[in-house]
Amino acid sequence: MNTLVEALGLSHTVELLSLSPPGWGGNLLRGLAHSLEIAIGAYAFGLIIGLFGAYGKLNGGPVVRDLLGVYTTVVRAVPELVLILILYFVGTDLLNRVVTGFGYERVEISGVAAGIWVLGIVQGAYATEVLRGAILAVPVGQIEAARAYGMSPLLTMRRVTIPAMMSFAIPGLANLWLIATKDTALLAIVGFHELTLETKQAASSTRAYFTFFLAAGGLYLCVTLLSGVVFKRVERWARKGQRSLREAGS
Amino acid sequence: MSAFRAALLPHRIVMILLTLALVAWCAYSMRWDWIPKYADLALEGLWRTIWILIVTTILGFLLAIPLGLAQAVGPWYLSAPAKAFCTIIRGTPLLLQIWLLYFGLGSLFPQFPWIRESELWPYLRQAWPYAVLALSLSYAGYEGEVMRGAFSGVAKGQIEAAKAFGMSRFTIFRRIWLPQAIQNALPTLGGETILQLKATPLVASITIIDIYAVASRVRQDTFIVYEPLLLLAVIYMAIAGIIALFFKWLEGRVPVKAR
Repeated sequence: MNTLVEALGLSHTVELLSLSPPGWGGNLLRGLAHSLEIAIGAYAFGLIIGLFGAYGKLNGGPVVRDLLGVYTTVVRAVPELVLILILYFVGTDLLNRVVTGFGYERVEISGVAAGIWVLGIVQGAYATEVLRGAILAVPVGQIEAARAYGMSPLLTMRRVTIPAMMSFAIPGLANLWLIATKDTALLAIVGFHELTLETKQAASSTRAYFTFFLAAGGLYLCVTLLSGVVFKRVERWARKGQRSLREAGS
Repeated sequence: MSAFRAALLPHRIVMILLTLALVAWCAYSMRWDWIPKYADLALEGLWRTIWILIVTTILGFLLAIPLGLAQAVGPWYLSAPAKAFCTIIRGTPLLLQIWLLYFGLGSLFPQFPWIRESELWPYLRQAWPYAVLALSLSYAGYEGEVMRGAFSGVAKGQIEAAKAFGMSRFTIFRRIWLPQAIQNALPTLGGETILQLKATPLVASITIIDIYAVASRVRQDTFIVYEPLLLLAVIYMAIAGIIALFFKWLEGRVPVKAR
């Protein structure tokens, strides 16, 4: 192994990427952990918003429907970067107003919490649309049957609508997860120490730009490819008992 | 007419009035006195955002055609690299790609004397070639995937009919295959172009003064936080609306057989 590294002239690269302090590998991995933490939190937050948003869009009154329409349209038309800044400032302002209103000191919001709040709201708009489409694809008869059995709306949602819509929603949700992981990079611009910013700092202090950016790209790619495998399994699980399109067609 | 009637529902009238009241309140009680001072810079930034968007969309689309074609019908030695390219572009954040090209290539080029002496050097020292390259490659990566589906979606009978007419392979591609593939892809392309618009503010991170960078500068100079950002959001929404209308118009121009 060592001789191979020497032969390829990569010993300097290995040194730079090593996990212990002279190398920057540890910083990169810590950044990746932060990125994943935010991505998972924002994704979960977005799914919750999306589920309620989709129900509101489908069953809500005219005002709720229009407000949700404004929310999804605005979030999908304004760059994430601008939304991140607006939501970040609004979030810290509101929180501080509430906190000082109760007579406490001003607080600094942690980067992770801010990232989850901001990206979660962005994700929520996309999730609303994905889940709305998936719920619409569930045959009406199934929901009517559940109602005829006397199930409460919540029970219908838990036992019928959500399981039945899963297979339609998974491809869109998989896509959303990939967007969530990539959007965490945008937090680098507001100075949060996730993978991309850690990489930039490592690169600019060692002047080895290609080494670090390619390494970070490799890490992101690993996350993407692994998620692809996981979501394929989840999709197969969600499609249990359904005929695949290929078998059904022609 | 129907859109006008839809706006006349009672709850919509109330919401529109509330919105107008909100806008009036914003105009009246927020600070907008910085606008005249920064108007010229903002127009310059807006123009930069728009030309970067148009140039990278066109370049990216031209690159996406061979990428889609290679993946749809190419032999393995063409389809495999095309697929790898699309996977890598789609699997890593755009910000990382921009920084890799700008900082990476930007630190590599000066090491070669022949590059420094070449005609291109004055351009390579600026930031915009890297921004255009990164955004074009990104658009090509996403569109390559879309065009793959669009090329394979063209009905076989169409191409067989063209062959029966004795068209050459290139004519078939130019007259039959490509136009129909683009027609298939148009609805997706509209959405992707709006996504590309939303990606343009990232170039501000490599010192290009686009409209987003102007808003950031206003914030830094005057400590006014919300007003520039709100105006910026409205500007982006307006551009996104124009893109959506443009693609709608484009789709309307394509004659569709009544089904």
